[in-house]
Amino acid sequence: MWRAEIKVLLKPSILDPQGQAAEKTLAAMGYAEVDQVRVGKYLEVTFSAPDRAAAEAKVQELCTRLLVNTVIEDYTFTLVEVAS
Amino acid sequence: MKFGVIVFPGSSGDLDAYHLVKDILGAPVEYIWHEERSVQGFDCLLLPGGSSYGNYLRGGALARYSPVVSAVVDFAHQGGLVLGIANGFQVLTEAGLLPGTLYTNTDTRFRCHFTTLRVENTETPFTRNLDRKQLLSIPIAHDEGNYYVDAATLQKLEANGQIVFRYADQNGQTTEEANPNGSVSNIAGVCNETRNVLGMMPHPERAGEAVLGSTDGLTIFKSIIKYWEGRQ
Repeated sequence: MWRAEIKVLLKPSILDPQGQAAEKTLAAMGYAEVDQVRVGKYLEVTFSAPDRAAAEAKVQELCTRLLVNTVIEDYTFTLVEVAS
Repeated sequence: MKFGVIVFPGSSGDLDAYHLVKDILGAPVEYIWHEERSVQGFDCLLLPGGSSYGNYLRGGALARYSPVVSAVVDFAHQGGLVLGIANGFQVLTEAGLLPGTLYTNTDTRFRCHFTTLRVENTETPFTRNLDRKQLLSIPIAHDEGNYYVDAATLQKLEANGQIVFRYADQNGQTTEEANPNGSVSNIAGVCNETRNVLGMMPHPERAGEAVLGSTDGLTIFKSIIKYWEGRQ
């Protein structure tokens, strides 16, 4: 079994209203050193695949077909082999 | 002409759409449950507002893979008329029937109020009864209505006349103040290249009776009926 740990974040060119709101609140709290906040998602998907290459291809398929909106979001992932 | 109102778990605008078509327009209409695999017998499909599947993951993302949406996609590719309102618009972008996407309003708030829409294209089945640059008073109710397309796609939409409605002020100017959610180029509604699929964030089905504050939404539905009758 594999566990994909997937991070989804708005593309750098896309305005992030949630991140900006959090950023403003941190500034209001006195954290002058905070430059930028970006808000995204973290997903874990556990699944079976015969080998690492097949597992990577599968994660990409799951991401582009459903989990990620590639019009505005980028994703990165790491794969961990786990006991089935 | 027969209308179908698609019902997902979490839809909430379905009753409004059904009511307007049945009681105000007096046209035949039926609900279509999301597990249906066929939309045979219907002439225009309405995808209502609400929070389909709780809007888990993203608005419209899970609804896009429900059985009925495959049938809606086939129906649209055969030239059938499809109108997606608010969450229904999100489902249509997720399904690839319309370009772009909708995400968090720039002020992160749920915005629920009347907006002024400027009609940008009257050469569609949905707007043929309207005048170009005509202003409509139609309410919005959403927190994820910020329409985004990249610059190249925006140019293409402009060139193809796919921008159907823009948010404007009372004078018809598409100002930043008139834009409730941060949408690119004040876009409130777009259609596909063949113009038989329209998505819009504002709710025309909630602007069909004077008691609700506006009847401007009716003109969109009357356009649909006139278009359909003209084809028969």
